Amino acid sequence: MKVLVPVKRVIDYNVKIRVKADQTGVETANVKMSMNPFDEISIEEAIRMKEAGSATEIIAASIGPQQCQETIRTALAMGADRGILVQTDEEVEPLAVAKILKALAEKESPQVVIAGKQAIDDDSNQTGQMLAALLGWSQATYASKIELGDGKATIIREVDGGLETVEVTLPTVVTTDLRLNEPRYASLPNIMKAKKKPIDVMSPEDLGVDITPRLKTLKVIDPPKRDSGVIVETIAELVDKLKNEAKVI
Amino acid sequence: MTNLVIAEHEEGELKGATFNTVAAAQAIGGETHLLVAGSGCAAVADAAAKVEGVAKVLLADSAEYDRSIAENLAPLIVGLAGGYSHVLAPATTFGKNVMPRVAAMLDAQQISEITAVVSDDTFDRPIYAGNAIATVQSADPVKIITVRATGFDPVAAEGGSAAVEAVDATGSAGLTSFVSAEISKSERPELTAARIVISGGRGMQSGDNFAMLEKVADKLGAAVGASRAAVDAGFVPNDYQVGQTGKIVAPDLYIAVGISGAIQHLAGMKDSKVIVAINKDEEAPIFQVADYGIVGDLFNLVPELEEELE
Repeated sequence: MKVLVPVKRVIDYNVKIRVKADQTGVETANVKMSMNPFDEISIEEAIRMKEAGSATEIIAASIGPQQCQETIRTALAMGADRGILVQTDEEVEPLAVAKILKALAEKESPQVVIAGKQAIDDDSNQTGQMLAALLGWSQATYASKIELGDGKATIIREVDGGLETVEVTLPTVVTTDLRLNEPRYASLPNIMKAKKKPIDVMSPEDLGVDITPRLKTLKVIDPPKRDSGVIVETIAELVDKLKNEAKVI
Repeated sequence: MTNLVIAEHEEGELKGATFNTVAAAQAIGGETHLLVAGSGCAAVADAAAKVEGVAKVLLADSAEYDRSIAENLAPLIVGLAGGYSHVLAPATTFGKNVMPRVAAMLDAQQISEITAVVSDDTFDRPIYAGNAIATVQSADPVKIITVRATGFDPVAAEGGSAAVEAVDATGSAGLTSFVSAEISKSERPELTAARIVISGGRGMQSGDNFAMLEKVADKLGAAVGASRAAVDAGFVPNDYQVGQTGKIVAPDLYIAVGISGAIQHLAGMKDSKVIVAINKDEEAPIFQVADYGIVGDLFNLVPELEEELE
């Protein structure tokens, strides 16, 4: 059974981002980039499926500029078998990503696509669900546990009220949440082995997908700034200020 | 403009974020209709008909919509969408789960988590954990939108008198079925709607220690939240998590106890009116967003806080 895992190259989660002065976007030049943390969880889950004997091949796919090869190499070093880079320097919105992944899924015929629930740059939380709809597949978002069965899977989802267990038919698209697993670090031997694993490179046009963005970003600005606060010495002082100064209690 | 808002409801009642979403629809302008889809939800439709500013309620009452199964709900919404300029749902796990399916089926680029309506085709939304705000414009004929509730004051639950119109059910896709749920039940206000929230982080050291926060919460009528670290460590269930990928809250008062203030946690609470931080590390980033900070041992300070409050 093949598992397809999209992996996105994003600004590292620890970086304090800077909005460009011309309000056209966020500064990415010379900024540390990493695999989207939810996608690391996706790759880890696919590897565990392979180690358990459920998955036979893990394909890591990325969409973006040629530097995305580094992200794919990380996935290969963790344990994915081969990579696909759909190369473009253009902006790719979730709908376009979903269409590209649909084309890849139709080529590769995975039984499971494991996607991150959201990318920490755009925070859209759409791609997995869109892909499932375009393929006419079941979906299970915000997964904290996946149990594969015969032609189906049982998935525990993290929802606003707590946990929900669903049963989905295969093939399916699952999106990963934080507590699904703890991703492994790639060992040095595996990093070396990964250099020999193949990465196919293609363009969106090769897949027949029009990636023209639908949304126009008019501006990107900083959020409103909070005034600085004060340090208080005692709880009595704190409660007094909350009552009489801030008037919130 | 005509807006279709997909109502979120549970156990016979409309959920809070639905009222904020109707407010967002009103900001767009034009007529707003509310879709109530579920199984055995006629009472919800009656409540929906009373919501301020709702002109019509559409009721889809059929077994396949129970538990808001996205694969069943999306075709229903898609079938109705042609009559509307905007389709909106709250950016809760309910709305976020189903709306992208709707968008893809309509070949539309969804706009997630809007925090403001600039015009009928232009919206603000947070990116990079809310460290930047993007203003985006859509040319899609039907705009598919999820609404961040903290961006819009809710409309009133009473004041409207809409007609309720039954719509045809669209059947089950036969793909996904609900098995069971473990939902937290509490006497306390819901985290996303509470006026006051007290949250614990890794510094709490155990789930049992959250009892200290609960005592303060009881005095204040507050909800209890947590950072990701506290949930990952198993101190509290996942639905307590406040943060970039958890719940977004903007209460009048947010008290962060033993929480360092990582970027991802701030994303979930930095729009709170007043922020208080209690932490023994004076370098903790949380103090940079706090209006009032107190440096010290939470195991002394929190019980003291409870005593100080009547």
